[in-house]
Amino acid sequence: MDMFTGIEMAAKVGLIVFVMLQVVPMMVWIERRGSALMQNRRGPNRVGPLGLFQSLADVVKFIFKEDMVPEHCDKFYYILAPAVVLLPAFMTFAVVPFGGDITIAGHVVHLQVADLNVGFLYILSIGSLGVYGIIMAGWSSNNKYSLLGSLRSSAQMISYELSMGLSLVGIVMIYSSFELREIVFRQTYPLMASAPGILAHIPKWGFFVQPVGFIIFLSSVYAETNRLPFDLPEGESEIVAGYHLEFGSMRFALFFMAEYLNMVTASALLTTLYFGGYSFPGLHIAAEAFTPLVARASEIASSLMPFVPTLANPDQWARAILEVAVFSAKVGFFMWLFVWVRWTLPRFRYDQLMDLGWKVFLPLSIANIAVTGVLIYLGVI
Amino acid sequence: MLVNNKKGFLNKFYLFEILTGLKITMRNMLFAKNVTIQYPEERRTYSDRYRGLHYIKSVNGVENCTACMLCPTVCPAECIHIVAGERPDKEKYPVKFEIDILRCCYCGFCEEACPKDAIKLSNIYEMAVSYRDKGVYDKEALLVQRGTK
Repeated sequence: MDMFTGIEMAAKVGLIVFVMLQVVPMMVWIERRGSALMQNRRGPNRVGPLGLFQSLADVVKFIFKEDMVPEHCDKFYYILAPAVVLLPAFMTFAVVPFGGDITIAGHVVHLQVADLNVGFLYILSIGSLGVYGIIMAGWSSNNKYSLLGSLRSSAQMISYELSMGLSLVGIVMIYSSFELREIVFRQTYPLMASAPGILAHIPKWGFFVQPVGFIIFLSSVYAETNRLPFDLPEGESEIVAGYHLEFGSMRFALFFMAEYLNMVTASALLTTLYFGGYSFPGLHIAAEAFTPLVARASEIASSLMPFVPTLANPDQWARAILEVAVFSAKVGFFMWLFVWVRWTLPRFRYDQLMDLGWKVFLPLSIANIAVTGVLIYLGVI
Repeated sequence: MLVNNKKGFLNKFYLFEILTGLKITMRNMLFAKNVTIQYPEERRTYSDRYRGLHYIKSVNGVENCTACMLCPTVCPAECIHIVAGERPDKEKYPVKFEIDILRCCYCGFCEEACPKDAIKLSNIYEMAVSYRDKGVYDKEALLVQRGTK
């Protein structure tokens, strides 16, 4: 690995971790305000403008709280568990492409941390690691409710992981690739190239070719991130707080953060696999219009700060900026959907959850694969 | 309870019901009026009959109370403590008049029992105190006229 690659990787990893950590307090604020408005309340509105600094105040509170480990817990796993929950949430994002390529100093830079050729399998494998942390937390707490919560969590994850993986098979069949960059690229193809007028510009997004798969994947992702209507692992009306019952101060905050980070990652996956990732029809036209602006901004920046070189390829930068913006907007929509659904639907009963997972989603996802196969054989998709 | 389950495929198909629910929450979020009262700045208006913090009505700086002991007798919470005394003009008056706000249940029996129209319940409802002994109001504090009743 040469110098440039090292710096490039460090910069991308740093950017992703930084942005994801910034999204969490924003998302907490959006969730609290959004839920309040849905229930005709106002939500936190005292700390800072519109209550925006509420999350900051909460973090300060969490940090200054007494950090105690209950006497009856298994210390090692108790301390390890929050980290084990938090890490996979960050790790999954590594394979998600958040923009196209940029050429910097003769090197082609992919806006993606790790361009794995099995990115797809990486998502499924790392995504299921999070449950280990939850089981660790529940088991090490030495508390009946915590253990019940983590048992529910593991049962739920296993049930929904199956249909989640199977629902993604359709995507692989259609785009015939395991690489997420390639999947995003193939989603820019037109859906119906011979259709008249504007219809020809409809992209071949996963949502249009795999609607059933999308619904199964969406629901399974909700189950995987333990969000309502599938938040049985922490069902507070039955098992107090579930797996994080014995955790306090910043350790609890880590579980909380992990939930939101999982939401970010899940939204990014939904965007990448089913909604064309960072691509958008007509983006190249907008990028052309945007190029002079970027070139001008770059000139001004280098005239103000002589050590900043002017951009050699403002057209690529303009496209990349727009792509990142489009990606963020799509991810933002799905994050909002998480909040929206949470404050709309009640929690499932446990048997309903299992019924839905095994009796509905699993057969449906297998049928989806079969139908997709037939359609591909017939040349429809 | 008799649950009237909806019939038909579309109604049983959960997805459309979810969409209806999402529509309702969004409508509430965008168009419904917030019902929150921004407390320290905004106040709810209570009825005149609201029973809050007590006061002893006084006329020309002299309390109406004659220490007849009807209010501590009727008080179900036993929170009124009166020590009676005599003025130079032979009139009976309370030397000590204490109400333990922490015990009081705001039933208003004292107000009804009082023959001299002395003890009253105002519509002040902010009675939080930092220490328990601050919750006992003495005569001086009760003589502040807290209403027009």
